[in-house]
Amino acid sequence: MINKLVVENLKHRPVRTTLSIVAISIQVTMVLTLVGLSAGMLDEQARRARGIGADIIVRPPSSSVLNFGLNMSADLIPKFINLQPHVAAATGVLVYPTGMLNYITGIDLAQFSQLNGGFRFVQGGPFQGPDDMLVDTYYADQHKYHVGDAVTELNRPWKLTGIYEPGMLARQVVPLATLQDLTGSRGKISVIYVKLDDPAKSGDVITSLGGRLKDYKIFSMQEYTDLYSVNSVPMLKTFTIVVIAIGVLVGFLMVFLSMYTAVLERTREIGVLKALGASPEYILNILLRETAFLAVAGSLLGILLSYATRFTINDVIHGSLIQSIVYKWWAIAAVIAIVGAMLGAIYPGLKAARQDAIEALAYE
Amino acid sequence: MSDAPIISIRDLRKTYQAGEVDVHALRGVNLDVERGEFVSIVGPSGSGKSTLFHIVGGLTPPTAGSILLDGHDLLGLTDAQRTELRKTTVGFVFQKYNLLPTLTARDNIEIARHIAHKDGPPDPKFAEILKLLGLTGRLDHKPRALSGGEQQRVAIARAIVNHPAILLADEPTGNLDTENSTAVLGLLRDLNQRLGQTILMITHNPEAAAYGHRIVRMRDGRIE
Repeated sequence: MINKLVVENLKHRPVRTTLSIVAISIQVTMVLTLVGLSAGMLDEQARRARGIGADIIVRPPSSSVLNFGLNMSADLIPKFINLQPHVAAATGVLVYPTGMLNYITGIDLAQFSQLNGGFRFVQGGPFQGPDDMLVDTYYADQHKYHVGDAVTELNRPWKLTGIYEPGMLARQVVPLATLQDLTGSRGKISVIYVKLDDPAKSGDVITSLGGRLKDYKIFSMQEYTDLYSVNSVPMLKTFTIVVIAIGVLVGFLMVFLSMYTAVLERTREIGVLKALGASPEYILNILLRETAFLAVAGSLLGILLSYATRFTINDVIHGSLIQSIVYKWWAIAAVIAIVGAMLGAIYPGLKAARQDAIEALAYE
Repeated sequence: MSDAPIISIRDLRKTYQAGEVDVHALRGVNLDVERGEFVSIVGPSGSGKSTLFHIVGGLTPPTAGSILLDGHDLLGLTDAQRTELRKTTVGFVFQKYNLLPTLTARDNIEIARHIAHKDGPPDPKFAEILKLLGLTGRLDHKPRALSGGEQQRVAIARAIVNHPAILLADEPTGNLDTENSTAVLGLLRDLNQRLGQTILMITHNPEAAAYGHRIVRMRDGRIE
């Protein structure tokens, strides 16, 4: 019976009900889009890392997931790495940030190709000179680049000589020596990728390398790609928390306002229910159920809308951002929305529950 | 049941504050209402009729005196106890019908049963009452689709669905035309005669008051 009253009350004010659901859905979409973007970007980086064809990754002691550092000596490869048993090939790359989550990567193309057979070009081909640049099709589509175009990056022009299939290493690559000169890191690299003749030996090689390269971060590819999670990137984690807090606040305020006006509008009805013997808990129960309905409907709509933002970000805008759908966060975003909405309903709910029956019945 | 009055009021007083002024709304009311009696209370505005109605209905506590309602002493009841009393012991009919606008007539009656924790099917006798009230074909309409007279009949059905010891009616014909007023008053008298329903009715209208067995006049917070 209460559910019938709740549904009829919500149907009675369709505009208010719709607006509340939409406001809550925006909050849910906001959280899901942010988490989807973080996951999408990190997944893409992990996919590109796997595409390199390496079994082991070596990074300098001071590095973190998105902070590569420029301070590892390239000499490590001939002096240590190549001397290890089972090492089939190794290459060092220099990663230089050009913006948030955007990097330009310097590679030794000949060495790099030994790991994976080289880039699969869809247009053009390898570097011809020191000022050449290669980009993946995604980056080329996004910037409408074609082979032969001049590309300005790091305040200088580059000549685009090749466009390759995505999913390997990076979006923009230039010759290693040129990038080392430009960034004042001659002889330095950020990451070493090692390919073994038998991937099953990764554990042994990592142990052996670890003994020689104290404090360096040495990972198997699996461990390395596992690092690409939101929790490993402090900045993203903070950002996510801030967006969630804003989401909760928006949901709270919207539901507060909506329920507050509902309580004022229904003062007389609340008086009638009280005259019929409804307890304060009964009245509160009605309003909380209405709120729960709004929050659940808003969450479902929010989940649907996150597919719309994914389509917009991935297929319409063609930006450097990638959004994925993170199913695990559906429940989390919904719980956040429901908690925010319930908090918003508490004050109006208590106001209604405590209303004096006689005054409420006299309300015009 | 004993032959004791269903309502027994002795030296009932109610003082409330309006701003910084004490208003003595009831100044020592004495009244007995017998089981099955239909009593009309008349009196000018400010005579204390409504306050008496609210106290008997358990909507507000008295300040002093004694009031026994179907064996319950209303003085000193907590809010929760008065809420419990309203569920089953009293039924209200208001001047402005006060139906919930979002629910159908049937659900307006049902919700009173739900609040009183009576969720099973209504007893067969109630179907007869609905027939008596002329509501059988109108139960699936919402209040806005019902005439004033029909709304008031739904409100009466709602008030008696839980078989209250006493039906309290506050100007039940105040918003109705003569024809509907006569019909509603006739129904109240029928309920009283056929079911033995005790009724306490407040009214300004002497013709309406005449439907009761007895007319009680109030003035200045006392019964004349």
